[in-house]
Amino acid sequence: MQATQTDLQVYANQIRYYTLKELQELGFGHYGGSLSIVEVLAVLYGKHINIEPNDAENPDRDYFVLSKGHGGPALYATLFLKKFISEETLYSLNQNGTTLPSHPDRNLTPGVEMTTGSLGQGISAATGIAFGNKLDGRANYTYAIVGDGELNEGQCWEAFQFAAHHQLENLVVFIDDNKKQLDGLTIDIMNPFDFVEKMKAFGFAAERVDGSNVEEIDAAVERAKQRTGKPTAIILDTTKGQGVPYLEQKADNHHIRPSAEDNNAINKALEELEKALQGGQNQ
Amino acid sequence: MTFSSVLDQKEMRQTYADTIRELAKEDDRVIALEADLSSAMSTSRLESELPGQYVNVGIMEANMMGLAAGLSVVGRKPFIHSFGQFVTRRAFDQLFVSLGYAKLNAVIVGSDAGVTAEHNGGTHMTFEDIGLVREIPNAQVYEASDSNQLKYLLKKAYKEGGLHYIRTIRKQSINLYDENESFEKAKVLRTGKDVTIVASGIMVGESLKAAAKLAQIGIDATVIDMFSIKPLDIETLIEAAKKTGAVVTAENHNVNGGLGSAVAEVLSEHYPVPLYRVGVRERFGQVGKTEYLKTVYGLDAQTIVREVERVIERK
Ligand SMILES: Cc1ncc(C[n+]2csc(CCOP(=O)(O)OP(=O)(O)O)c2C)c(N)n1
Ligand SMILES: [Mg+2]
Repeated sequence: MQATQTDLQVYANQIRYYTLKELQELGFGHYGGSLSIVEVLAVLYGKHINIEPNDAENPDRDYFVLSKGHGGPALYATLFLKKFISEETLYSLNQNGTTLPSHPDRNLTPGVEMTTGSLGQGISAATGIAFGNKLDGRANYTYAIVGDGELNEGQCWEAFQFAAHHQLENLVVFIDDNKKQLDGLTIDIMNPFDFVEKMKAFGFAAERVDGSNVEEIDAAVERAKQRTGKPTAIILDTTKGQGVPYLEQKADNHHIRPSAEDNNAINKALEELEKALQGGQNQ
Repeated sequence: MTFSSVLDQKEMRQTYADTIRELAKEDDRVIALEADLSSAMSTSRLESELPGQYVNVGIMEANMMGLAAGLSVVGRKPFIHSFGQFVTRRAFDQLFVSLGYAKLNAVIVGSDAGVTAEHNGGTHMTFEDIGLVREIPNAQVYEASDSNQLKYLLKKAYKEGGLHYIRTIRKQSINLYDENESFEKAKVLRTGKDVTIVASGIMVGESLKAAAKLAQIGIDATVIDMFSIKPLDIETLIEAAKKTGAVVTAENHNVNGGLGSAVAEVLSEHYPVPLYRVGVRERFGQVGKTEYLKTVYGLDAQTIVREVERVIERK
């Protein structure tokens, strides 16, 4: 018997299910880094971000920027569940002429606030959004996700200096610490040392949580919202390919063109997710 | 030369990796720099094969330019690779000042030229890289059209020193040249009397296709592979312009700043003839398959044929 799932857990499974379906439909893509942000997206769009398709231009809305733009497929699955885009659009990912490109594009996809894909740039834009909203006295929040590899880029640290100096308590930065970048492990390519210590040294409030645990992420966001005078960094302890054991264990799981064997495993994962979701709905 | 769709045996990225390996074994000053796109360029194995001659700097392209500059100061011979936009747009001032202005040595290789960035889309699709690097005094700018040419250009850049930018695709190109071909001058691939088509990179194949179609309607075209955009082979260009009296350029790049601009500048200064530049006009990139994107941006034989017919009317 499966333990009863909370709403946020169910939501995360739905996002994971549609992220996988979308990528499977296409036959290639950034599986690893899309799956590692599923839980944080579930917490943000399931509870915190006050945005609805019929009021998407409301200046008091919360903003979300996916700075690690190659996680786009997970954001698109979320925007589909939030009814920003249709199922048909969801499965047009990366097709010729699509409105859902690999990397989010604010001019193509409803619900996407900022164009990203060149790593390091989204976090500056998110900081600008938070700064503007603070200048204008709005009470909303800006949430951004950066990759652990993305943090190699010096630009991220420029943004962090600015955010801390201007005391942007309305900015919450998630670091998707999935321990891998494109060519391999971050520890082998560019040692990240301790993100919590680094962010604190840069003037952020910082804590590390289990990034596969929606309750822990949610609690950290709640704490961030209580804070004043400082931006918050929430370091998400995640796994590339998160939630699909086969993909978690796959060494090269950044960009995958699934083989027959991969497809078998991924389709099985999809079936299991489908079952879990149907079970969840019956409760 | 007639158009043939036979592909190179090797992918361009494999040629890059193999050439670096060869040069590095001969000269221990050679060092390859990657910025977390090493597996995408088939160079990952160099890390264990060439200790002290390979470094993956992580995702920090601007810093990579500075690192290469420093390595050059201490006598190393850096080869820098990332996708085209990351070694140009993303790191331009570092490229300009630390390498160009400081007069240091580096060979910069930008991969995934133009539409071949395919599903990485607008953020990754670069139609400006040639234009940008062409602005740097004394920098040399090339676009490789096949694997044997890429190998030659890499070795030439290594031998000459200075600052070189070589644009390439990562996958297989159509095969144009034999292994021992040399490339001192632009390559005249076909000689015709009615029009000159000047192309580089993937547009060389499209130009040969266009020439075959044009032949069927009685238009006899010269086709030039102008792989060296800077310095430009003015002599070959002017000679062809004199013989044919009309020029069409073809590039997988913005018409502003790239091959078309370079040709237009030379022709208007030395020998003005009717000219049209086939290329990307005032547009950003997008996702899609290469063949689809070629039609979207008018980077195909059909467009070249149409523009040749128009330019000939203006003679
Ligand atoms: C400026 C820039 N350089 C290089 C790339 C190519 N690239 C795409 S994803 C990636 C690795 C990102 O690693 P990380 O931020 O850890 O993402 P994740 O592990 O979540 O996939 C690289 C190098 C890019 N998109 N932007
Ligand atoms: Mg990572």
